[in-house]
Amino acid sequence: MRDVPLIRARGLVKRFGDFTAVDGIDVEVQRGEAFGFLGPNGAGKSSTMRMIGCVSAPTDGTLEILGMDPTRDGPAIRARLGVCPQQDSLDPELTVRQNLTTYARYFRMSRRTARTRANELLDFVQLSERATSKVEPLSGGMKRRLTIARALVNEPEIVLLDEPTTGLDPQARHLVWERLFRLKQQGVTLVLTTHYMDEAEQLCDRLVVMDAGKIVAEGSPRELIERYSSREVVELRFDDNALDAVAGKLSGLGERVEVLPDRILLYASDGDTASAEVHRRGLTPAGVLVRRSTLEDVFLHLTGRTLVD
Amino acid sequence: MAHPTLAVLETNLEAYKRTWRGSVLSSFVLPLMFVVAFGVTVGSYVDAGGKLGSVSYLDYIVPGAVASTAMQVAFGESSWPVMSKFMWIRTYHGMIAAPLRIADIVGGELLFIVLRVVTTSIPFVAITALFGAVHSPWAVTVPLVAALLGLATAAPVFAYAAMLETDSYFPLLLRFVVIPMSLFAGVFFPVSSMPFGLQLLAYVSPLWHAVEVCRSATFGTGAFYPIVGHLAYLALWAGGGFWLARRAFRRRLVG
Repeated sequence: MRDVPLIRARGLVKRFGDFTAVDGIDVEVQRGEAFGFLGPNGAGKSSTMRMIGCVSAPTDGTLEILGMDPTRDGPAIRARLGVCPQQDSLDPELTVRQNLTTYARYFRMSRRTARTRANELLDFVQLSERATSKVEPLSGGMKRRLTIARALVNEPEIVLLDEPTTGLDPQARHLVWERLFRLKQQGVTLVLTTHYMDEAEQLCDRLVVMDAGKIVAEGSPRELIERYSSREVVELRFDDNALDAVAGKLSGLGERVEVLPDRILLYASDGDTASAEVHRRGLTPAGVLVRRSTLEDVFLHLTGRTLVD
Repeated sequence: MAHPTLAVLETNLEAYKRTWRGSVLSSFVLPLMFVVAFGVTVGSYVDAGGKLGSVSYLDYIVPGAVASTAMQVAFGESSWPVMSKFMWIRTYHGMIAAPLRIADIVGGELLFIVLRVVTTSIPFVAITALFGAVHSPWAVTVPLVAALLGLATAAPVFAYAAMLETDSYFPLLLRFVVIPMSLFAGVFFPVSSMPFGLQLLAYVSPLWHAVEVCRSATFGTGAFYPIVGHLAYLALWAGGGFWLARRAFRRRLVG
């Protein structure tokens, strides 16, 4: 049982007319894993999630979820999935608790079970005190937590989270992360999309980076950093604006040098040694920051710095 | 356990528990006052004119008004509310993520409208009966005919609402279809008194067929085959509308 992936995609393609949103991806998600889809806007993350959520039929390739075919067994698969969409779809005419109980009924739960389950979940997402409140006055973070609670109403085996913390303030994000981490500990398989690298590092055991519908890298956050970036990064700022000329004097230093409009990034395994060498070469940067390489460095390296709109 | 279609109905009822007072006023009390006032006042002139023979004008318009109210309630519930559940509240997107089929969603929403129409029609018939406007026990079937008309109206409007990206098309439908229907489909005067071209339009409208059946029921008149024909025509709108609505919902939600 352990080796049978819960989600298995082979050469998965989604086209909308002439536009190819997902261009032949292979993905396998194992039980108990927290798996992430990273990528800039328009990379094909949400289209992939919709196919996994059985609300969008693949144009080509094969997709198997919980051993079933989403085009044929959609309702049976959805009965075992939890979906937390990017945009909240809570019912403003119902109370917080009613949003959960009415949704539970779509999973053929009895009224009694629905109510018990709703109360448990309100407790889990720390909304018990707002149970009888309407949805509208809730803060963004509360609505998100309620949406997550709603996605858990059927005790799903896989929870799909499409950008779960976009638009939340730091406190709300951390609370969501902490709840998701608890779910993971309970053995729930999490599949999420995000363009927050810290979120991916916090939550994902394994992730893929998507760009223009294709998977451009795959691995654990640590592996990806090792493979696509250096261990450390030195950020150099100069008063002088001729950064290209400065960069010329840095050749051979570290593994890679990247010139940005306002600073130079020096990718090196040992940042302190590299920054000492910068000074030795007679350069006097106005500011030096040595930091560990992050997933963000990997992401920008793989998908570029150009703005995607 | 409850069928998923009923679970969709239940969600509507939970929400309706909060808003029913307001809707009772607009969908039932106002039309009823209108009919009684209009039937009695204008009716006294019509009756004096003798154009309707032995039939009093109030009695004449009551069955038509029940049907017309049913149509307007169905239109009201299937236009803006349905569109907003696609565009703003995104209720349907949430529903389709659960193990509901498109038919469950459309079916559950239509059931709610049927309930709204039936619960509006029953007191309407009962109260007008107190005014002596009902002449046959067949009048008990009026709410059922109203329910069928409700489906015949709501199902195609569902399909229409599911295709829109802006709500500015509903007023068009209201001004050019719903209101003309309620004026010219035999509610206030016999269709036969209109020019032939307008008569044809009335015959195409679902409302006229429902008005004919309701009038047969409150007067206890009417022949079997024409009534079956009218009902079949309404069922055609309801069935065809359901098919279109399912298709439109699928296009919007699954793709």
